[in-house]
Amino acid sequence: MTNKTSILSGRRTKSLVERIMNIIFLVCGLASVVSVVFMTVYMVVSGGAIIAETGVFRFLLGHVWNPGGSEFGILPMILSSVLATLGAVLIALPVGVLIAVFLAKLSPGKLATAMRAFIDLLAGIPSVIYGLLGALLLVPAIFKLQAAAGLPNSGSLLAAIVILVIMILPTIISVSETAIRSVPKQYEEAALALGSTRLQAIFKVTVPAAKSGIVAGMVLGTGRAIGEAMAVMMVSGNAAIMPELLRPVRLLTAAIPIEWAYSSGLHRQALYGIGLVLFVFIMVINLLLRQVMKKGGAQDE
Amino acid sequence: MNNTNHGSITQKRRRPSEILLYGLIFLLAAFLAALVVFIIGYILAKGLPAISVQFLTTAENPIEETVGIFPSIVNTLYIVFFALIICVPLGVGGAIYLSEYAKNKKIVGAIQFASETLAGIPSILYGIFGFVFFCVLLNLHVSLLAGVLTLTIMVLPIMMRTTQEALRAVPKSYRDGALGLGATKWYLIRTILLPCSLKGILTGVILSVGRMVSESAALLLVAGGSAMYMPRGSVWEQLSHSGSTLSVELYRYAMSRGDNSTAFGIASVLIIIVALLNLLTRFVAWRLNKR
Amino acid sequence: MTPVKMHTRALNLFYGEVHALKGVDLDMPEQCVTALIGPSGCGKSTFLKTLNRMNDTIASVRISGEVVLDGEDIYAKNVDVTTLRKKAGMVFQSPNPFPMSIYDNIAYGPRIHGEKKRIVLDEIVEQSLRDAAIWDEVKDRLKKPALGLSGGQQQRLCIARSLATKPEVLLMDEPTSALDPISTSKIEELIDELKRDYSIVIVTHNMQQAARISDYTAFFLLGEVVEHNTTGDVFSNPKDRRTEDYITGRFG
Repeated sequence: MTNKTSILSGRRTKSLVERIMNIIFLVCGLASVVSVVFMTVYMVVSGGAIIAETGVFRFLLGHVWNPGGSEFGILPMILSSVLATLGAVLIALPVGVLIAVFLAKLSPGKLATAMRAFIDLLAGIPSVIYGLLGALLLVPAIFKLQAAAGLPNSGSLLAAIVILVIMILPTIISVSETAIRSVPKQYEEAALALGSTRLQAIFKVTVPAAKSGIVAGMVLGTGRAIGEAMAVMMVSGNAAIMPELLRPVRLLTAAIPIEWAYSSGLHRQALYGIGLVLFVFIMVINLLLRQVMKKGGAQDE
Repeated sequence: MNNTNHGSITQKRRRPSEILLYGLIFLLAAFLAALVVFIIGYILAKGLPAISVQFLTTAENPIEETVGIFPSIVNTLYIVFFALIICVPLGVGGAIYLSEYAKNKKIVGAIQFASETLAGIPSILYGIFGFVFFCVLLNLHVSLLAGVLTLTIMVLPIMMRTTQEALRAVPKSYRDGALGLGATKWYLIRTILLPCSLKGILTGVILSVGRMVSESAALLLVAGGSAMYMPRGSVWEQLSHSGSTLSVELYRYAMSRGDNSTAFGIASVLIIIVALLNLLTRFVAWRLNKR
Repeated sequence: MTPVKMHTRALNLFYGEVHALKGVDLDMPEQCVTALIGPSGCGKSTFLKTLNRMNDTIASVRISGEVVLDGEDIYAKNVDVTTLRKKAGMVFQSPNPFPMSIYDNIAYGPRIHGEKKRIVLDEIVEQSLRDAAIWDEVKDRLKKPALGLSGGQQQRLCIARSLATKPEVLLMDEPTSALDPISTSKIEELIDELKRDYSIVIVTHNMQQAARISDYTAFFLLGEVVEHNTTGDVFSNPKDRRTEDYITGRFG
């Protein structure tokens, strides 16, 4: 035997460790894939039962939700969720973009830093706290409107929309701000040199150039809004009726925690079914987001 | 000259619509700032008076009519601690696999897609899945352990993304340098990549803690229960029982019992935790940028 | 001597503590090309930017002295900067078309200055593109993204975009430094055409270019104008030793 190390023998032990580590890291990486597969399977299996029982159309398009009478039509909830989300995004998008413009372009640096810290904080506040404040401050504020319209006092679609606007603003602001900041400065310079005012340069050149990022922020906000459960449940009044702005509504997400504790059998399966409908909505939004990001990436090249 | 149709440059043009737009932007920004101040101020004003040593260190006592949130603090710590123990290695490992090992584009694509998908799924759906899978199928019942496992999946994409970003920021020359000296990949990871991406991993941990502390919808379904009793028994016993975290407890006090003063007390505790975590993220970024 | 379109008197500019322009007096005659030459960092680009107040966007800049356009001080309090910039357009070092269609790029200026009529815009777009000698290359793809053009085409598009606001002065900041020789010669021909209608001030690193295209040349060094004369005189008969050293390539 010699003391010389052979490059062959050395490699073999190393490559064993390497191979083991490779496998360990692969397993870690696959954890998320396995989770998604399992989630998809179990959402479909558990949610599919009620749909098989009542039929797709009676479940999705039924007007009446009466678990005691075994009637499980979720159309009012679907519409309520869609309207609440749409309303929240329609308000939060322009507001968010204007504030993003303020942060990226108009405010002094230190003020922007301070505001960003505030917005991060807003994003971190637990949704039950929004629900608590909404139930105690926002819902009573809407009582007056309801009284003026001759409606009973209760939580409402409007309250849900307002709460959702506040909850998705941080997402829309921070994604839009990043997009606006990443637009090359020369565009704005060129616009100014053509005699634009500062605002014209920003809104006619910079913001349109940041379009794909802003759309991504909007889609992300949409996903958050449609998936929010606790806060909207605490302010929306939770009546499973067709949505009207000042009347109580029940959103898809809210239906699950409200009825969870006292549901069983078919009723519980109906809640799983609602989960499946939400899951499909979210998957569509996720795919949309991917498309938007891909397109944005292609444009940049 | 065909182009002398300009007015004098000293004629100021009035632009009322621009002034309006400036006004609107400043108003909205000011409103947002005021809203944040109001929300936090209101909660602290209403909630801080409820906080006392007894509030923080005892359980609720219906006979003496005292309120305490100690059990839900412990439950929160249990869930956060054990979820991190599982999720940090998984997330960091997954990120390392993606950036250092993976060669097959399909696998990379699948992992990325899965991670993005998980990040987009709302917590109420994690609740349903956790219940069907962990509580029923794996027979864990409604328990803190089921909560731990559910939240692990929920924060996994956060850990993976922040670690990935940190790994991406490690200069290629470090890698080439180490590999050029004959280091194996695993050695390179242990001695260079992990220390360099510590900031990203820490940020991921803080963000994950924030998400878990805030979480209520999913835990209501999978860990549910109340936090009436002081913790007792072994760790394992604790984990196998149901129990509510601070956020879930806040919901129960506000909605099922209409006890707003306790709800605001808990809200204040939560706001303080969230604010501290935010500061911590900034501190980590600042501290490690300085190096 | 041709009438003066723009002039500066005792123009000083500070970036924070740095004295970047030192008492610059310069006349820029009408319908002529004035070239600004000098080594990097001599202040020629900074000077160009003071001529349509593009330095306003930098917070740390302080300016004293006068810059006069058609008898009006452009740094006077009541000046409308947008009208000024419309009158004195600028072309930048690297082509910077907006990420929109060729048509919308050209129509941008007229639109922000209030032109809405489609027929008028169509006409302005065509005329500007013709004047910038790029109409034939792009007339069939006006709705296509401007970023799809080559670098040289993009720069001529940017010149056309400036022309569309009907300026009187064109300020060009090394407009060919990012381009290949063929594109460069096209732009030089274009500048020769354009000086019939516009007063042009051009910053260039390339002394042959200055000699080829300009009527007057100013040599900048360390924030001062060392020499200013007709281009022929500056290049064939420099008065100052430093000018001679620079144009013969002994430093810079």
